[in-house]
Formats: sequence, structure tokens, C-alpha cells
Amino acid sequence: MVEFLNFTLEGLSAGMIYAAIGLSLVLIWRGTRVLNYAQGAMAMFTSYLALLVINATGNYWLGFAVALASGLVIGAVVERVVIRQVTGKPPLNAVIVSIGLLIGIEGLAGLLFGSNNRSFPPAYSINGLSIGSVALGITWNDVFTAVAVLAAAGVFAVVFRYTTVGLRLRATAFSPAVARLLGVRVGRMLTLGWALAGLLGALAGMLVTPSTFLSPNSMDVIFVLGFTAAVIGGLESPAGAVAGGLILGVVLSYAGGYLNSQVVNLFGLAALLLVLMLRPNGLFSSAPARRV
Amino acid sequence: MVEPVRDSATLVIEDLVAGYGAVQVLRGVSVTAPAGTITAVLGANGAGKTTLLRAIDGSVRPRRGRIRLSGADVAGRRPEEVARAGIAHVPEGQGVITELTVAENLQLGLLLRPRADRKAALAEIYRRFAILADRRNRAAGTLSGGERQMLVIARALATAPRVLLLDEPSLGLAPKVVSNVLELIKGLRDEAGLTIVLVEQNARSALAIADTGIVLNLGAVVASAPAAALAADDALRRHYLGF
Repeated sequence: MVEFLNFTLEGLSAGMIYAAIGLSLVLIWRGTRVLNYAQGAMAMFTSYLALLVINATGNYWLGFAVALASGLVIGAVVERVVIRQVTGKPPLNAVIVSIGLLIGIEGLAGLLFGSNNRSFPPAYSINGLSIGSVALGITWNDVFTAVAVLAAAGVFAVVFRYTTVGLRLRATAFSPAVARLLGVRVGRMLTLGWALAGLLGALAGMLVTPSTFLSPNSMDVIFVLGFTAAVIGGLESPAGAVAGGLILGVVLSYAGGYLNSQVVNLFGLAALLLVLMLRPNGLFSSAPARRV
Repeated sequence: MVEPVRDSATLVIEDLVAGYGAVQVLRGVSVTAPAGTITAVLGANGAGKTTLLRAIDGSVRPRRGRIRLSGADVAGRRPEEVARAGIAHVPEGQGVITELTVAENLQLGLLLRPRADRKAALAEIYRRFAILADRRNRAAGTLSGGERQMLVIARALATAPRVLLLDEPSLGLAPKVVSNVLELIKGLRDEAGLTIVLVEQNARSALAIADTGIVLNLGAVVASAPAAALAADDALRRHYLGF
């Protein structure tokens, strides 16, 4: 029983990371119909920038702020400079370009920072928590991870639902042509959407890297699992991405705990394949794809 | 209708040339839509009516010519900037954002107004369009065709436009709904003094409410006259208008 509880808590904690990556992919997908394969690589890069700042100043939170800010900037620059060139072109162009970005950013990180694994500090203690003498499978840092991701998701939900900029962002995502006719500066909204996604990705990078170490391709697996989370949620739904991340985290945690830790990534890929084959619009879809 | 438009404007189009790729659709169209009037744009399918509106609103970039609204030339500006200059385009078919609620569709239009004016403007729209007030919290995708047409017109009005471009507002609507829409358009001119450019296949009903009209054929203006004169011209009606 305690074991089950621990696996569940560990799974939810890992799932928060997948949820954050998934959420950032959904943001980008809804706005620009691009699946950003470089999302993980961008988060890896911002984590390196954070590590530089942390090592230079000894201040974790300064590094944290630098990661989020550079995530915003990198997201915006990537949209303006690279993605803008392929909007309105065949979808394959965007796929190729974003894979190119992934390779480019990982190569650049290798050149600048070297390719060896670096350890990365957590925000809070990574000693296991316990209730009385019963050890739980989570740490204060896991609690922080959950709070940070849920808070970010909550802030995004409120901004999108209740603010004018959120209304503009949604209108741009659903119908850019109509939004333009109503005076919405669609280009700016797309840049903003990518910037926000970059920020979320950077947050995920800061949260996951203490447990993976940091190297130019340390985010690759996390990206695939985050993508799986988004697909489980249907790729259109922010709430679905969060739910998808948590479900995936728990399932993978059971697989690793009860079966074998070697099979975790295999299970992740299998989950992705199964969802794409059986429920391509996501586990929670009821209606067929959106009406236009 | 929302409130009288004080600085209603005359839209002057001079020698407009536009098209898609190698296809030239408009071949030097000139038309003036006087402030506070309805100008009907008539003609057969493919005459260039919709392209004319799309060139005015910036969705199609004009290759030549001027589009002047109170002196400023908006030709070549992007659609969002043309909208901000006060030209609202109600495109043909379903221009509602189906995923947003009725209220959110309207609020999107209101964003072009100063923040302080929005609440009153929305209340006024709901007063005028009672059916939209009843359905305000429903997804716009659940509305009927007639209700959607009301919503897109109401949303265009929410932007506080000086010029309203309407593309086939009666297309696909039941006859009773069509007369409601036409009454509404007439009211926008009479009560609010809006400048309206009305594209219609249904020439008879368009000329019944318009002040002036032009007839397009193959991208050129073949007639430009007061609405009554166009309606009375038997040869023109038979050749181009089909009634």
C-alpha cells in the first residue's frame, strides 16, 4: 500500500513536468499549427543559461529568473525569425524547420557548453519526505515542482479566459483571418504565444534538470514524454495536456516501479502509439475534430 | 445604431487594380460611397464584387489605385490596420468564431473601442439584438444561420466602424430572415448614419434599400447611378442583374 502510494506520488511529480512541456506544445500548436520539435532543446538551452548564472552568482533564484526570461525571448525570436518564414507554407516545411532548430540548438549548446553531463541544483531539498516513520516517494523539490506547474497552468488559464489579451490570443488561434478583420494584430499574438510557450518550457527545464543532469540532449526524452502528454489531451486542450501529463507520469511510474525501470521510456512510446492509433483526437475527445 | 456616428466618412476608391497571382480580377475600379449612404455593388458571379471588398479591407493587396477614407489612403495596409482605421468587413458566409461564446465574439469587436465605452456599447448591442442577449453565453457554433449573420453584423458594429462592408448578408438565409437583415441594414444608415457598401447577388432587394449602386462586370464598372435609376434600366437589368 505504501509502495503504491509512493509510486503514485512519484508519478504525479514526474507528470507535472510532462504536463508543463505538453502545455507549451499545445500553446504553440493552437496558435500556429506548428509542432515545435525544438521545444525541449530550447528548455535545455535556457537551463544552461541558468546554470551559468547560478555558478557565477551562487543565487539559484537569479538563475531561475534568467531561465524564464530567456525562455520568453528565445520563444519570441524563434517565431519572428524562423517560424514566420514558413507560416502559410505546407505543414512539412514547419516540421523540417523545427527539427532543424532542434539540431541547431543542441549543436550550439555542445559548442558553447561542452557535451558532458553537468549536475544541476534543485530549488529545494531532495531528501525524501516522510510521515512519521513512513517514507514517502517525494521530496520538497517535488512539491515545489507541482506547485510551480499548477500555478503556471492556473495563471495561463485565467489570462486566456478573462483578459483581453487572452481573448485576442484565443481568437488568433481559432480564426486568424476573422481576428484580423476585427483589428487584432495577429502577428504580435503569434509572437506572444511562442514567447509564453518558451517561458513554460524553460520552467519545465528548471524543474526536471536536477533529476536528469544537464547535457545538450538531456531534454530529448522529456520532450517526447511531454509531446505524449499533449497528444493524450488531444493537442488542442490545455487542460487535456495537464491531465495527459499526470496520467502518463503515473502510468510510467507504475511501470517502472512494478516492472522494471528499463521499460519506462518504452512504455512512454507505446502510450504515444496507442493513443495516436486508438484516439487520435485525444483520450478526452467526444466530438470529431473541430468545425471550421 | 449603437450610437450615432459623428464622424461618418466617405469612402473613395480610385482606379483599383487587384487580383490573385497571375489573374487580374479588378481592372481599374472607381467608386465613391458617400458618407451616411448605402452603396450597392452588383454583378454576376465572378464580376469581382468580393475581391473589391477584400482589396478594400487589405486581405488582397491592391496592385494599383487608392482607397481613401477621410483623406487617408489605406490601400496596401494590412487587414488589422484597415480595421483599426474604421472599416469593418462582414465577410460572406460564417465569419463567427464558433469556438468562442456569443459574448466573446462581441467583446473581440469591442476591443477597438476605448475601454470606458465598451460596457455601454455592449448593452446597446444586446438591446438591439435581443436574440444575441438571450444566447450570450452559448458557443457561437450553436447559433442558426440567421443568428450567426446577426452576430457578425453586431460584432462589426461593436468595432465602432465608420464604414461597413457587407458581403452577401442575405446569402443562404430564409426569406423572412432576409427581410429582417435588410431592415437592419437600412436602420444602420438611417439611425446611425453609417456608410455602407453592400455586395449582393440579389440585386432587386439590394436596390430597394440602397441610395446608389454600381454594376461590375469582369472586374470593371459598367454602370454607376442612383439606385432607382439602376432598377429602372431594363437593358441593364436584363444584361447584368437578371431580374
